[in-house]
Amino acid sequence: MAADRLAPRDNGAPDFRKYLHPAMRRNYGRWVDHENIKPGVYKHISEDGEELFTVRAGSPRMLSIHKVRQICDAADRYCEGHLRFTTRNNIEFLLTKAEDVEPLINEIETVLGFPVGGTGRSISNILHTQGWLHCNLPGTDASGSVKAIMDVLYEEFRRDDLPQRLKISTSCCQINCGSHADIAIILQHHHPPRLDHERIASCELPKVVGICPVAAIRPARKGGRNTVEVVKEKCMYCGACHGQCPGLEIRDADTDTLAVWVGGKSASTRGGPAFMKLATFGLPNNPPRWPEVSDAVRKIVDAYKDGARQYERVGEWIERVGWKHFFEVTGFEFTRYHIDSYRFARTSFNISAQARR
Amino acid sequence: MLDQLEQGPWPSFVTDLKQLAASKATVGQLLGQLEKSYRDRWDYWTGTVLNLSGYGGGVLARYSDLRDEFPEVAQFHTVRIIEPSGYVYSTEALRELCDISEEYSAGILQLHGMTGDVLMLGSDNQATHAAGEALMSKGWDIGGSGGALRTISCCIGPARCEMTCFDTLGLAKFLTDTFISELHRPEFPYKFKFKLSGCANDCAGSMMRSDLPLIGTWRDDIKVDQEAAAGFIEQNGEEFVIGNVVSRCPTRCISLRGGRLDINNDNCVHCMHCINVMHSALRPGDDRGATILIGGKRTLKIGDMFSSLLVPFMKMQTQEDWDALVDLVRRIWDFWTEYALEHERVGEFIDRISMTSFLDGIGLEPDPRMVKEPRTNSYIKFEEYGPPRFHGEPPQPPNVVDREVIGPEADEAAGNPNRQSGADEAIPDGGNAGDANKAGGGAKGAS
Ligand code: HEM
Ligand code: SF4
Ligand code: SF4
Ligand code: SF4
Ligand code: SF4
Repeated sequence: MAADRLAPRDNGAPDFRKYLHPAMRRNYGRWVDHENIKPGVYKHISEDGEELFTVRAGSPRMLSIHKVRQICDAADRYCEGHLRFTTRNNIEFLLTKAEDVEPLINEIETVLGFPVGGTGRSISNILHTQGWLHCNLPGTDASGSVKAIMDVLYEEFRRDDLPQRLKISTSCCQINCGSHADIAIILQHHHPPRLDHERIASCELPKVVGICPVAAIRPARKGGRNTVEVVKEKCMYCGACHGQCPGLEIRDADTDTLAVWVGGKSASTRGGPAFMKLATFGLPNNPPRWPEVSDAVRKIVDAYKDGARQYERVGEWIERVGWKHFFEVTGFEFTRYHIDSYRFARTSFNISAQARR
Repeated sequence: MLDQLEQGPWPSFVTDLKQLAASKATVGQLLGQLEKSYRDRWDYWTGTVLNLSGYGGGVLARYSDLRDEFPEVAQFHTVRIIEPSGYVYSTEALRELCDISEEYSAGILQLHGMTGDVLMLGSDNQATHAAGEALMSKGWDIGGSGGALRTISCCIGPARCEMTCFDTLGLAKFLTDTFISELHRPEFPYKFKFKLSGCANDCAGSMMRSDLPLIGTWRDDIKVDQEAAAGFIEQNGEEFVIGNVVSRCPTRCISLRGGRLDINNDNCVHCMHCINVMHSALRPGDDRGATILIGGKRTLKIGDMFSSLLVPFMKMQTQEDWDALVDLVRRIWDFWTEYALEHERVGEFIDRISMTSFLDGIGLEPDPRMVKEPRTNSYIKFEEYGPPRFHGEPPQPPNVVDREVIGPEADEAAGNPNRQSGADEAIPDGGNAGDANKAGGGAKGAS
C-alpha cells in the first residue's frame, strides 16, 4: 500500500530550456525584429540574422490524444520536433526553412483540419472555459459556443485587415474565467438561488454566509437544522454562493441568458488597460449554435470594421466616437441596466457638460 | 444536437472526440452526457475535492449526476499539470503527456487551461492517483487550486520576441520552483496569481488576470535607428506617422521634425505603441527591468479591479534581482495572510485597509507613479505632521462651549476643565501631549 501512495515531489515547473526550438535556444534574448509575412505566418530575425518562422494555427483547445499526436507528427516533419501554444490556445509551429512554410500550412489545413491565421490585426482564437463538458457551475457550454462563433468569424481569423487585433472571450458563469476582452460573452442569471437545505447542510455555513458580496445570505434554522436563508431583495443573482455551496442553485435552464460586453483591454499600450462594458443582454441560451450570440458579435465586429481607425482597439474606437454612436450603429438598445449600480458606479458617469448632439 | 457542431469550417471538438470515442468508452459517455446537457440546457457535474497525497489542490474533481446512465464518467476528474514556461514543448514531451493520458484518463488534453496549466481530463479516483504518480515520476508536477498560489504563466519573451525587457520564461520557472510549496499546499486567505509579460503589450494578460503582474519596461532611452525610421516614414508617409504614431503616444512625447523622429524620453511611459508600429526602427532601451503591479481580479466580490502600480522599476537580470523580488513577494504574502479576511483577494484587501496601510505593512515608500493623481479629499489625519499641541501645554477649552454633551467621558477626553465633574484624578497619567497626539490617541493624555 505504502508503495502506491503518492509522496509530494514538488518537482516544480518543467524545464522549458529542454523544450525550446533549437533556433530559440541559439537566439534566446537576441531577437531584433519580426515581419508578418502573411496572415498566420511570422518571421523573427535574430542579431546574427538567423530567421525563425512561426506558423500559427487555431485549435479547439480541447484535443484528443490522436489529434495531439498528429500535431506532433507535423512538428516532427517540419519543426525539428518543437512547437508551442499561445495564451489564446493557438498552436505555433516553429521552423527555420522558408521553403517548408507552405507544405507545413498545407499539412495543418488538410491533415489537422486547423485554420492558419490569428496573427496581427485579426480576430484570434476565443479564450474560453469548461462549460457543460467539465465544470460544476456552468449555465451554458463553452467549447460549443466557441465553435459556433468561430465558424462565423472564420474569415476574420484567417485575414489580418481589421483596424487592430480583436480578442474575444466566453464564460459560462459570472465568475468569468474567460476574463475581459474586446468582446466577451458571459452567462447571466435572473433569479436568486433556490435553496436545497439537504445539500446546504454539508457546506461550511460561515463560508457560505461570508461569500455573498451584498450580505444577502443569513444563517437560519429550518426543521431543526442549521442552514441559510437569502434575502431576495438584496440578492443580485451573481452566483458567488453557488460556487461555494451547490445547495444554493443559481442556474435556471429556462431563464438564464447571455450578455455581451465590449471594450476590454489588458495591454498598457496607449490609453492603458480597460474594463469591458455591457453592450447587450438577454440573448437566449440557445444550444447547439447560439445564433443570437453570433449575430450580436457579428454586428459589433462589422460596426468596428466600419468605424474604427487603424490601431484602435474596440474600446478605443467607442471611446472616440461615443457610446451613443455605438448603440446607434449596432442597433442595441441602451437601457437603465446599462447604467452601473454597483460599487464603483460613479467612475463611469459623464462628469462634464460634454455631450454629442 | 452535438452533430450540428460538426458543421462549419472551424475545427470541431465534437468530431475529434467522436473519433476518440471509438477507442475510449469514457469519451462516448462523456459525449452522451454532453448531448443531454445540450438538450436540457443543464449541467450534470458535481464538484468535489480529491487530493493527491501531500498536495492540497491541483485536481478538479467531478462526479456525474447521471452515473446510472453514464457509469463510465461517474468519476471524471481533471488533473492540472504545470506547463513549461511560454508553453514551449518538444514533441517528445507532448507524446509523453499523451501516453499518460491514454493510460490513465480519457485521452483528452486541454492545451491550455486559462490558468496556464495543461488540463488532463477524465480519470476516476484511482486512476487520478496513478496518473499523478506517473506524471511526477517523469518530472511533471501538479498545478495549484484553492487558497493557494496558481500556476504561473508568462509570455514567450526572450525565446522569440524582440520586445521583451526581462527573461519571462526563466523568471516564471524560478518563481514556480521557489514557491512550489505555496502552490501545492493552500495556506492563503484566497487564490494568488502571478503572470509575467515582457513588455506593456501584456501578451500574458497579466493586468486583468493576476494579483501580481510583472510587466517589462526600461529606464534609459528608446533606441532609435534613424535610418530605419526614415525608411518607414518614406514608405508610409508623414501623415501616417503623425496620425498613427506621434498623435497616439499617450504622453505626446514624440515629434516629427524634418523627417526625423524625436522622442522626449523623460516623458515616455513605456507603453510600447510607437515601438509596435515602427518595430524595425524603434526598440526598448538597454537598461531593462520590470514594473510590478498589485491587486488584479475579476468582479467577485467588490467589483472589477485591475492591478495598480506598486514598484515602477525593478531590475530583473541577476539572481540578486530575482531574490529581491522573492523578498518583496514574501513581505506581501506575510502581511496579506496575517490580516486579510477569508476569501479576500489581495486587491480587495488593499481596498479595505487602504494602499497607505498596505505600503506600511510591506515596507514600501510611496511614489507619485503609484497614483494617477494625488487624493482630492481633505479627510486626512496627517499623523506624523501634527505638531505637539500648544508646545506641550494642555489644550485650552474652545470658545464655543455649547457643544453637545455626550457624557462625562466626552468632556474628559476633550480635556475640558469647565465641564469636568470634578477631580483631577479622573485624568489619566500625565505624559507628553505631543506624544499622545503623535500616537493618534487624541487628548486623552492631556492633563
Ligand atoms: C468552485 C469554484 C470555482 C471553480 C470550480 C473554478 C474553476 C476554474 C477553472 C476550471 C478554470 C480554468 C478555466 C478553463 O481554462 O477552462 C478557472 C479559471 C479562472 N477562475 Fe475559477 N473557479 C472557481 C472559482 C472562481 C472564483 C470564485 C473566481 C473569481 C474570484 C474565479 C476566477 C477565475 C479566473 C479569473 C480564471 C482565469 C484564470 C487565469 O486567467 O489565469 N474562479 N476557474
Ligand atoms: S466560467 Fe464559471 S462555469 Fe465556466 S469554467 Fe469558470 S467557474 Fe466554471
Ligand atoms: S447570488 Fe450572489 S448576491 Fe445572491 S445570495 Fe448568492 S452570493 Fe449573494
Ligand atoms: S508581452 Fe511583450 S515581450 Fe512578451 S511576447 Fe508580448 S510583445 Fe513580446
Ligand atoms: S513607448 Fe509609448 S509613451 Fe513611450 S514614446 Fe512610445 S508611444 Fe510614447
